[in-house]
Amino acid sequence: MAVPKICGVETEYGIHHAGAEGNPVASSSLLVNAYISDLARVEWDFKDEMPANDARGFAREGALPPEVETHLVNTVLTNGARYYVDHAHPEFSTPECADPLELVRYDKAGEEVLRRSMAAARWLLPDPQAIVVYKNNSDGKGNSYGTHENYLMDRTVPFARIARSITPHFVTRQLYTGAGKVGTETSPAGRDVAFQLSQRSEFFEEEVGLETTLKRPIVNTRDEPHADPQRYRRFHVIVGDSNLAEVATFLKVGTTALVLALIEDDAFGGVDLTLANPVKAIHQVSYDLTLAEPLEMADGRTATAMELQWELYGLSRKYAEDRGLDCLGDDTVGREVLRRWEGVLNGLEADPATVAGQVDWVAKLQLLEAFRARHGLGWKDHRLSAVDLQYHDLRPERSLFVRLATDHLVERDRILAAVSEPPRRTRAYFRGQCLRRWASQVASANWDSLVFDLGTDPLRRVPMMDPLRGTAEHTEELLEGSFSVAELLTRLSG
Amino acid sequence: MAERELKRKPATTPREDKAPKETEAPVTSAQRDKLKAELDDLLDEIDEVLEENAEEFVRNYVQKGGE
Repeated sequence: MAVPKICGVETEYGIHHAGAEGNPVASSSLLVNAYISDLARVEWDFKDEMPANDARGFAREGALPPEVETHLVNTVLTNGARYYVDHAHPEFSTPECADPLELVRYDKAGEEVLRRSMAAARWLLPDPQAIVVYKNNSDGKGNSYGTHENYLMDRTVPFARIARSITPHFVTRQLYTGAGKVGTETSPAGRDVAFQLSQRSEFFEEEVGLETTLKRPIVNTRDEPHADPQRYRRFHVIVGDSNLAEVATFLKVGTTALVLALIEDDAFGGVDLTLANPVKAIHQVSYDLTLAEPLEMADGRTATAMELQWELYGLSRKYAEDRGLDCLGDDTVGREVLRRWEGVLNGLEADPATVAGQVDWVAKLQLLEAFRARHGLGWKDHRLSAVDLQYHDLRPERSLFVRLATDHLVERDRILAAVSEPPRRTRAYFRGQCLRRWASQVASANWDSLVFDLGTDPLRRVPMMDPLRGTAEHTEELLEGSFSVAELLTRLSG
Repeated sequence: MAERELKRKPATTPREDKAPKETEAPVTSAQRDKLKAELDDLLDEIDEVLEENAEEFVRNYVQKGGE
């Protein structure tokens, strides 16, 4: 039986320092630091207003101070997320989530963290300087930055089987996970690309490999489980676009988790969807707005991306009927993945306009076509590239995405709560709660451990090698009953 | 597996066939008119919020690689 598909997404945001010749590393650090300083201020305010909490050592909105040994800012938030500077971008890694709907909630909470960071940075910068953040994956000039997904898998599943079986999904899921892009950055021979489905697809040049920044592979082989390596694999996915549409994020993670469960349980029933040339195919699918271009299969047949998606959907539905969908963290959420998957494929087939509220590339293309018609613009006009870019601007006053009527899966107040509170059904709960209560005594926090500094004793390390432990069910009572770190550690070792 | 099978949608169960599928229905002309009116309002708004110098805005957006 497939292990629960605990999942998380790491998002590198595009950054622009307006009104200054900002070095992107310095600007990204300033942005992240501004957020953390702002939290500290809030915490201090809380202390003034809620002395009872302070007396028990609670830090309501704490964050771990930046690690000083690296020059780049790196912090862990009370919601269990990691917020840091990676290369020249601010990056937000969601905490480990138990199901795809929870992931949507924390992905959106990440956007809110970035939005608050921009506001906090405004206070630190002289007018008219501002740091602006974009949730996209390309600057339109050949530079791409990533959105990486992570899924918990059983270590016993051979990697070669995972790579072979997941590739057709990675090549074709862009039909609904693509964020859309004006033009091309690789100028494929014989193609006139005015608009394509994906921001990222054309940057992929290999089928399988370890690289993430050049010669990018469709299947990434990074093996860094952040968990017990005997039992688990963290399958690291670099081939996706950042999505703003909630349904697109839900489907990106939900369908992928489901297909991975099928692979883990060997539930393809002999169906072989191997493509003759996956790299060529992933480019073809991105460039093909008709969604009907035949792709060459390894056995000599052809199939369209839509047909391959219907196959994967059919196999997944049969899997659900046979075994249920508890492996997605919640059977009801799993059923919703299937329902939405079928809906979006039907919609794309009938008329893509019907799924503009669910799929980023459709929403963006619709907007571009209308804008083009109104102003009589050709596809090379800079204003279309500006619309493309500004679709991803996270500032509410500038974002074009927020002006569109898209479907919402998570209530606004649940997203805002997720900015500071951790998910309850993974080890992120223990990490986040310890930081909420005892931030000043947490010497360092990582995905798979917490280190406490009690002042006198040696540092005390608490390993968290199982992402399924350290949940609210396991530790809420323990945490509620511990009034100090010392007491917590005594109870843990007792 | 034969190509014929590959191109066929998975058979839906009768229960699901009866269920309404909003997303499946093609947009009617009345709906299109309504969408167009909404889009016009949206375009007015976008004309207001779009960065003024598009060419400079797009040119200045340069990122270093990441990942």
